[in-house]
Amino acid sequence: MASVVLSEAEKLYIVHGVQEDLRVDGRGCEDYRCVEVETDVVSNTSGSARVKLGHTDILVGVKAEMGTPKLEKPDEGYLEFFVDCSANATPEFEGRGGEELGTEIANTLYRVFSSESSVDLKSLCINPREHCWVVYVDVLLLECGGNLFDAISIAVKAALFNTRIPKVRVLEDEEGSKEIELSDDPYDCIRLNVVDVPCIVTLSKIGYRHVVDATLQEEACSLASLLISVTSKGALTSMKKVGKGSLDPESIFEMMETGKRVGKSLHIALQKILDEEESLGTSRQKVGFLG
Amino acid sequence: MAEITMRLPVAPKAVAPSAPRGGEKHLVAPGDTITTDTGYMRGHGTYVDEEKLIASVAGAVERVNKLVCVKALKTRYNGEVGDIVVGRITEVQQKRWKVETNSRLDSVLLLSSVNLPGGELRRRSAEDELAMRDYLQEGDLISAEVQSVFSDGAVSLHTRSLKYGKLGQGVLVQVSPSLVKRQKTHFHDLPCGASVILGNNGFIWIYPTPEQKDEEAGGFTTNLEPVPLSDREVISRLRNCIVALVTQKLMLFDTSILYCYEASLPHQIKDILKPEVMEEIVLETRQKLLDLEG
Repeated sequence: MASVVLSEAEKLYIVHGVQEDLRVDGRGCEDYRCVEVETDVVSNTSGSARVKLGHTDILVGVKAEMGTPKLEKPDEGYLEFFVDCSANATPEFEGRGGEELGTEIANTLYRVFSSESSVDLKSLCINPREHCWVVYVDVLLLECGGNLFDAISIAVKAALFNTRIPKVRVLEDEEGSKEIELSDDPYDCIRLNVVDVPCIVTLSKIGYRHVVDATLQEEACSLASLLISVTSKGALTSMKKVGKGSLDPESIFEMMETGKRVGKSLHIALQKILDEEESLGTSRQKVGFLG
Repeated sequence: MAEITMRLPVAPKAVAPSAPRGGEKHLVAPGDTITTDTGYMRGHGTYVDEEKLIASVAGAVERVNKLVCVKALKTRYNGEVGDIVVGRITEVQQKRWKVETNSRLDSVLLLSSVNLPGGELRRRSAEDELAMRDYLQEGDLISAEVQSVFSDGAVSLHTRSLKYGKLGQGVLVQVSPSLVKRQKTHFHDLPCGASVILGNNGFIWIYPTPEQKDEEAGGFTTNLEPVPLSDREVISRLRNCIVALVTQKLMLFDTSILYCYEASLPHQIKDILKPEVMEEIVLETRQKLLDLEG
């Protein structure tokens, strides 16, 4: 992960600040930086989203392709995640430097979406045991400014909300061979229900308290962090501890409670902005990358 | 209660230039011809190709009598003798430290260029060399002055005065070097309750004003006591104001920072970073600066 070097005095200043609930940029321990969300930025995907959280910039593209269902789940489609840490983000990611971080993030996403209630996979089935929709979610890290997991999960949820999968019909001939027919209307498509898609909240332990949405400097002061994925109803679907420090059970419990509270607000804010963007329709001015 | 604001991105609108003083600025991109007149001397950021003076960086053309140079908006720091810089130690080597100052090459701080504890004046011995890491480690921040510039552009620093040395608790803001205005002094004790060092290399250090001036400190002892909450609020507000000024590309000097601080007082500290509040504050600051001039 990209990291900055800090002097001991700077770290001490940050730790004492967190203790008094006043971080370096004036935020409280449970405040997020300003988030900018835009969907439908990449035209040749089924759905896309770009999220800017402070200096962290994430681009997610979703493509739906036809494939065969997995053997153990014949009447469901599935999701595939791939994370690319671009060298644009930091020079450490040049060549194969970003691969380790990319696989770690992809595995976390698999884990978060592994619960059955997150995405309705049965709606992705076309023909049991023969055809189903495989949804490829590709995440591109454009800039690293701390708190990657949260930004990525927000972007993935926004991109899945924006995904439009074309409606197909399966016609059966007299001989028994199946033909797949795509409807002529390009706007005739199915949308994914993202109400239960969880979002990741990272809680970093700094001193005796924990903060949400740590910047790179704050991440350098924190020895242990807890990643939890929360649904919009406040249910925890997965939990992961990162960092070389240790957490005692009481602080884990406190962090979980904070995470659930913050997660619920995060979902409400995200759903509101996605609905607002959708209501603007075609009159929305696309900003994109050259804004 | 957690506060999370999400917004849709807004395309930044071009800000109308402030009242032109001396006409429009001549903006160039790398490769643009500045002039075909051969009577001019070429300065930084230009080169001669086939009797034409061509810009090598993107920025504004500055003309002083017969000297033409291009001042870039976003660039690495180019050292000049006498500049004040704030740097971070990256390596501890034999008889010298390597300091990162946002320039093309790491700057050098020789052991003979720092003050010994107690202000002794003697030749540095082998014990001094072994004790280097006790004074400055990797990651430490220092304020120093540029002593000389090597032929390859690397800068040699010195901390041979009591006002320079290792920096204690505070906040560092990194900006582009071209936004820091050259002034007589770069160490400011702002009346709002904090002090600021405006490094010429774009590293701005904000710290709580020390209680009494320690004469023999010279940066050897770091004050590790917790900073009171009132000072913290001033420091965070200053930090956000500087970030706001930099986003709107305003020159940084003590007056502009102070005016921006005063303009931001009605808002909460964390609200200063919201785009609309940022624009409002910087507009007010710009207006006050124009009133000051005219």
